Amino acid sequence: MFNKETLDAVRLLLLFQADDHLIIGHRNSEWTGLGPILEEDIAFSSIAQDKIGHALGLYSILNENLGEADPDTLAFMRNETDFTSSHLVELPIGEYDFSLVRHLFFDLAAHIRFEDLATSAFDPVAKLARKVKGEIKYHVFHANTFIKQLGHGSEESKARLQSAINQNFGLALGMFESFEGEQLLIDQGIYKGEAAIREAWLGEVQAVLLEAGLKMPDASKVEPVLGGRKGFHTEYLQPLLDEMTEVFRVDPAAEW
Amino acid sequence: MKIKSLDPRVSRLELDAVDKQPDAVLKPEEHWETYQVFHQRKRGEKHSSVGIVHAPSAEMALVFAKEQYGRRGETVNMWIVNTRDVLAMDYDDYDVFATTPDKMYRDPAGYKVNDKIAEFKKSNLHV
Repeated sequence: MFNKETLDAVRLLLLFQADDHLIIGHRNSEWTGLGPILEEDIAFSSIAQDKIGHALGLYSILNENLGEADPDTLAFMRNETDFTSSHLVELPIGEYDFSLVRHLFFDLAAHIRFEDLATSAFDPVAKLARKVKGEIKYHVFHANTFIKQLGHGSEESKARLQSAINQNFGLALGMFESFEGEQLLIDQGIYKGEAAIREAWLGEVQAVLLEAGLKMPDASKVEPVLGGRKGFHTEYLQPLLDEMTEVFRVDPAAEW
Repeated sequence: MKIKSLDPRVSRLELDAVDKQPDAVLKPEEHWETYQVFHQRKRGEKHSSVGIVHAPSAEMALVFAKEQYGRRGETVNMWIVNTRDVLAMDYDDYDVFATTPDKMYRDPAGYKVNDKIAEFKKSNLHV
């Protein structure tokens, strides 16, 4: 029912999101066992696991509806330059202030995207978006509550959050890199497009930061860090892929 | 001076308290309170106590409780109560309950009526 150009654009949209979810899921899982307290260790690990699940959902649509390889092949067998993750999700976990701010930036964007996709004219993705709605609601609740708590915490917690926000704002804006065929998706009610998602995201980030007593950077003065969608990556992606695929590569044909 | 924490895992390490005054008091952000978690499996059912979480606020406690106690099985709702707000009896006062098991007249099973019912049923068998 959609022409080839449209389906190619859908392919890009889903691949970008699948890759972002896979990489941030892997990154955040690196906190497992090292979380600041037991309760948070469990919560953050669960969220990371959910992200891998959402990546699987997106890869499955690429496989079943758009003729791409199976999810395991897409996740574990591609070269670094075939990945389309944004630079934000590639960075190492750093300290908890950075990981929390990245979690806030990423999950507010994921929330807005999936909310839009829940009414998409491309049915398989609409179905997936409705299925994961509750999980993402919790991820946002977790992020918002943490940022508000630490924003009103000590002088140190406030300062560390604000620095992480300021330093990584350009990376966050890189999540909204425009792509070929986007207009076809907008015209046919499949997706509202990166510019609109970015606008909504700026509004939501501002609202959370305001409530947390933190300052919103001026987006017009920050240069977005682009390139990830076209296969240009940070030096951190390849080592991540090496680690992530280590077990898989021992025996790619193994039954799990 | 060794660090004396409310957390036995910390006390066990016998760390020297360097930057603190002797008998330094923990600040609220250095030691979180506990919150009691009550879990509801289905609408209309009672909320049952399932355990505690450590958290700096009730809202944070809810964030943690969702994953700690709601990650398996069915859940429709959760309550969070600061442990401080729970008024508990002292175990030394348990003697107020000591004679309760003797008061069988408060227990339906304590009445002899079952014998009478059995007798009635038996007599009606012949009707």
